[in-house]
Amino acid sequence: MIQAFAFYLFASVLLASAVLVISARNPVHSVLWLILGFFNAAGLMLLAGAEFIAMLLVIVYVGAVAVLFLFVVMMLNIDFAELRAGFARYLPFGILLALVLAVEMIFAVGAWNAGSIDMAQRIAPIASDVPNIKAIGALLYTQYLFVFEGAGLVLLVALIGAIVLTHRERAGVRPQNISEQVKRRPQDAVRNIDQPVGQGVKL
Amino acid sequence: MIGLMHYLVVSAILFVLGVLGIFLNRKNVIIILMAVELILLAVNINLVAFSAALGDLVGQIFAMFVLTVAAGEAAIGLAILVIYFRGRGTIAVDDINRMKG
Repeated sequence: MIQAFAFYLFASVLLASAVLVISARNPVHSVLWLILGFFNAAGLMLLAGAEFIAMLLVIVYVGAVAVLFLFVVMMLNIDFAELRAGFARYLPFGILLALVLAVEMIFAVGAWNAGSIDMAQRIAPIASDVPNIKAIGALLYTQYLFVFEGAGLVLLVALIGAIVLTHRERAGVRPQNISEQVKRRPQDAVRNIDQPVGQGVKL
Repeated sequence: MIGLMHYLVVSAILFVLGVLGIFLNRKNVIIILMAVELILLAVNINLVAFSAALGDLVGQIFAMFVLTVAAGEAAIGLAILVIYFRGRGTIAVDDINRMKG
């Protein structure tokens, strides 16, 4: 009973916040609704028994992706009213397309219900006595090790790509040049002179 | 009792909302990127629901990889957005025709 209540609570808040993400006037509000939606999706995944994915969702999506969105929205000075101009014009076509997609999904679920999945073909059955995180770790670092490393490479490329794209050389600033500093020797920089009394210093 | 079908319905509605968001906010790239995140979240809910219903852990593993790609996609997309804004002063999608030959 409490499970059903929690499910309907999380699902309704998730869907409501998704509606508000795509219809909010202010993109900052969109991002905040997105964060609420991610939290509720994490709740849904907790209910399904995927604790690790739920925590990952909170950490990665809320902690990193949503904050990144928030930074970009607040950093760029954009006239958002102008960007919303076509909203009403696109509405009928968009709703038509959404309806077609929804009907297609209902068909797909119906077709999946008609057949049955052979339960003996499970690749990694969930053991009831092992904690979720332990089981995921055991699977991820053995059978899916190379895919896991590939995911790490994807993140590395995204990291380097984002830095390369957004980094800019500014004219007029004089940054520290470390190799020049290391190359500098005392004999190039210092000279000893015998200074006669009463004469100016030649620099 | 809450079963697989409930999760599938929620994820289908979320997916459709994401697609609708792309169509409604056709000019605003930031909202489009957020809608793509919603779509990927729907995919993740689907994967986890099937993983729980079939008793197979692989769904959760793949949900993790989807999460990884979503994070990378958001980072690269927003970086492109920032440099585009720097050059043009706007982020309207209609104006993106710079690479037109």
